[in-house]
Amino acid sequence: MEKTYYPKAWLMVLPVVAIVSFSAIVPLMTVINYSVQDIFGPENRYFVGMEWFREILGDPEIRGAFQRQFLFSFAVLAIEIPLGIAIALCMPRKGPWVSVVLILLALPLLVPWNVVGTIWQMFARPDIGLLGIGINGLGIDYNFTGNSIDAWVTVLAMDVWHWTSLAVLLCYAGLQAIPDAYYQAARIDGASRWAVFRYIELPKMRGVLMIAILLRFMDSFKIFAEPFVLTGGGPGDSTTFLSQYLTTMAVGQFDLGPAAAFSIIYFLVILLVSYVFYQVINNLGKGVS
Amino acid sequence: MGWMAWTLPTAIFCSAVFAMLALMAVLEKVYPTVLRKGLLPIETTRGDRLFIGLLTSGFIHLFWLAATEELSLVWASAISALWLATLLRWG
Repeated sequence: MEKTYYPKAWLMVLPVVAIVSFSAIVPLMTVINYSVQDIFGPENRYFVGMEWFREILGDPEIRGAFQRQFLFSFAVLAIEIPLGIAIALCMPRKGPWVSVVLILLALPLLVPWNVVGTIWQMFARPDIGLLGIGINGLGIDYNFTGNSIDAWVTVLAMDVWHWTSLAVLLCYAGLQAIPDAYYQAARIDGASRWAVFRYIELPKMRGVLMIAILLRFMDSFKIFAEPFVLTGGGPGDSTTFLSQYLTTMAVGQFDLGPAAAFSIIYFLVILLVSYVFYQVINNLGKGVS
Repeated sequence: MGWMAWTLPTAIFCSAVFAMLALMAVLEKVYPTVLRKGLLPIETTRGDRLFIGLLTSGFIHLFWLAATEELSLVWASAISALWLATLLRWG
């Protein structure tokens, strides 16, 4: 199809460019400036070149945090996306139950991050929490404050509880947008349920799945409040993720230079992985739909 | 602008990035980009290739810093410039 070009379209984008310049580009440039200086005060700073980058890249604790962060984000994607698709496929397409299910699913998304952490902190406590007492009652020794694996499973379960709904709602919107003609054609051809999913629903959901994967990856890679409230990063540093390190560095220790260098590395990693995801998903389904 | 804590190297770096973006805008006006497939396994526009080139150049510098103690970062910049030029021409 021939593309239509509007010569004055750039005028329409100018307000967004102006807002983004002030809200994102100017702070980003400031962070770049800070990353090459040792900052003691507004008028008291010294150029140190790439020293902070070298220090951050060589820090074994930060490398460990990066590994944990990748593991956590990929675990989140591996659980939430298939679960989101499965729940969306089971949801009613028409009738009064649609609204009920949508409202129920939207509820976790309305809860603020730190409140989610607090809810799970109480819910999972082995002495008074329903989940903690329930698991221990089954004969499984569970204590998320003392055992790293338990802490990890709890943080992961909390994130799945909080954010799977987003994947469900996006997939549901994608499924609702598929015209009935596709299903009728599949019925005429005698396609199985799996074939309908594989060759109609999945390719048609590619766009929303891409949004779901990108949003969940970026968000889980930046996770801070929930694990901070739930476990405080412990036991040890087993659930200390990148944001917590960064906050401790920038706010706790007031090491603005190293924190700025850390932020740039963090930003570049998110940018790279998100771009790779975007390209892979965009190119995977080409020719199918 | 004092609050932004500018230094000469970062000013040169940011100016270079903005100059590249401005040049790309002018080039787009004069020679509109065409999707093509070259060295990269995906179809790209001129802007895509610049973005990929700049992003990978950032990582070349980070790997250089992580892997070398003594060698000057100028070598990483030279490799990045060569990589960026290759990508823009044949990517």
